[in-house]
Amino acid sequence: MSSSVAAAVSPTRQALRRARKDRSARLGAVLVVLLVLVAAAAPLLVKLSGQDPYTYHLDLLDPARGNAPKGALGGVSSDHWFGVEPLTGRDLFSIVVLGLRTSLTIAIVVTLVTSVVGTLIGISAAYFGGWYDAVASRVFDFLFGFPQLVFMIALGIIVPAGFPRWLLLILVLSVFGWASLARLIRNQARSLVAREFVEAARSVGSSGWHVITRELLPNLLGPVLVIATLAIPGYIGAEAALSFLGVGVPPPTPSLGRSISDSIAWVYTGADPWFLFFPGVALFVAVLGFTLLGDGVRDAFDVRLRRTT
Amino acid sequence: MPDLLWFVIRRLFGAALVMLALSFAVYLVFYAIPADPAHLACGKPCTPDRLEQARHFMQLDQSAIQQYLSFLKGIFAGRTFGDGAAAVHCNAPCFGYSFPLARPVTTLILDRLPITASIAIGAAILWLLFGVSLGVVAALNRGRLLDRLSVGVALVGVSTPSFLLGLLAILVFGFWLNMVPVNGYVPLTESPVDWAWHLITPWLVLAVLQAAAYIRLTRAQMLEELNLDYITTARAKGAGETRVVVTHGLRGVLVPIITLFGLDLGFLLGGAILTEKVFSMQGLGDLLISAVAQLDVAVVVGVTLFSAFLIILANLVVDIVHGVLDPRVSHG
Repeated sequence: MSSSVAAAVSPTRQALRRARKDRSARLGAVLVVLLVLVAAAAPLLVKLSGQDPYTYHLDLLDPARGNAPKGALGGVSSDHWFGVEPLTGRDLFSIVVLGLRTSLTIAIVVTLVTSVVGTLIGISAAYFGGWYDAVASRVFDFLFGFPQLVFMIALGIIVPAGFPRWLLLILVLSVFGWASLARLIRNQARSLVAREFVEAARSVGSSGWHVITRELLPNLLGPVLVIATLAIPGYIGAEAALSFLGVGVPPPTPSLGRSISDSIAWVYTGADPWFLFFPGVALFVAVLGFTLLGDGVRDAFDVRLRRTT
Repeated sequence: MPDLLWFVIRRLFGAALVMLALSFAVYLVFYAIPADPAHLACGKPCTPDRLEQARHFMQLDQSAIQQYLSFLKGIFAGRTFGDGAAAVHCNAPCFGYSFPLARPVTTLILDRLPITASIAIGAAILWLLFGVSLGVVAALNRGRLLDRLSVGVALVGVSTPSFLLGLLAILVFGFWLNMVPVNGYVPLTESPVDWAWHLITPWLVLAVLQAAAYIRLTRAQMLEELNLDYITTARAKGAGETRVVVTHGLRGVLVPIITLFGLDLGFLLGGAILTEKVFSMQGLGDLLISAVAQLDVAVVVGVTLFSAFLIILANLVVDIVHGVLDPRVSHG
């Protein structure tokens, strides 16, 4: 409960005020803004560097060293800012920024889809209760402690060859992702349903839909925002993991996970560790930035997320 | 005690129901596969006649429900495909038969399981050890360097994908320092020392990453626990600090840790699959991924259900341990 003085300032204002004082949240916000800018402007940046992620530059490779790039730092030069890929000589800068774009796009779309679906199911389960809530809660528990990665890989077999892989990734990640959000929102909504203002709305004859959208939803936007922000790094990691295993975004579309997977052989032998370095750092920074921001948003809204009821 | 017994029976029954529902759902989903496995098996030229024969032999001409029932029967009693001299037998517990590989899926799984299980179990033991001990150390040294360090480690752990850290470890410890082998698996039965030596890096990689969440949880729980009245009472009665921390504080930490561990089991399997690829070990993940590429539905369904059953059973064990440690769970 907030005191009457604090109540004069809106909760969002309070949250922003708290977030501004939080040093790691600020770092997270800066990183996220940078990442989103780079991802959004990726095609432009690639054009600016005068390269593209598809052209082979075999002349930049050293056949004596198993076709690792010539020169230091994996072939970094004024033409190729992050060097080139071993074996093909494709421009690594283009691959990294476009790969980042792929990762972030998929993660953000999945976050939006799961937030909408999870919020609706979570709130309605809490509001209607009864068998609907019982079944929904079972489904959450079920999807939660599940070997999700195994299912995500396995589902690849039932998809027709012509079906776009990025869409499959979004679908698969969403199908397994909504439950954790729905479960947390359900638990938060349950405590609201018992409160007087909901009772009051019901007693004047408001419809279920009205209570859910006008009374419950506005009170849950904070937690939804927090859970969604905290979920983004998880989806970035999951997309990269699937691409790493070879069941994600197919070549030649650039993907951080696939580049990291391709780098395994060059890391084992130490022939070109830079091939791991650039995509690896990009992925690490992406996950770190969104994690810091998510932690900051959580602290700012002062939401206590309980994993169990 | 009868309470606990009822609790165990209820959980067993629940787990069986979940397995049944899950296997049915999985069967329906994978029955919808557009590629025809019989078509792949019938060879060239594939006349309609031979295709029909293959479909009959592989029992694909039955309805989805019938196939599901034969699958269930196979788990308990085994099954036989075809008859006469050409018959193929699949012993119980039969998780299907891979016609492309000409082997029962159960055998295929058992061949690969030791690798994945070795990674997962070793890593889980290490991460519980690291997580709880570092968490306790952090709580006891609140605000000091050690505390901040472990919170920092926790943050990096949460942000690093396991395969990235694995490759980094290979580069640093395997290639530059040349301390540990970078890849390959040695069976435990062949040489326990080589087995552990090849697995030490994968274990540490997975454990360090997962320990993060456990450090945070243990630290928070320990701090809460040490402020409770009964701890103060124990201290007032003259109990030594070690005794207070170990017998009283840790007990309160164990229950939430076990709950978290139960939720992480699915994640553990996923982590083991990723790690096995990083270290070029051919475990369950490799079996599954190549089966997907080869459109070997029997293996895909078998591995998927097998791993889901494994997680459900492991969860059951966690639940029961939870019930024994925290009587409120089994009585409520």
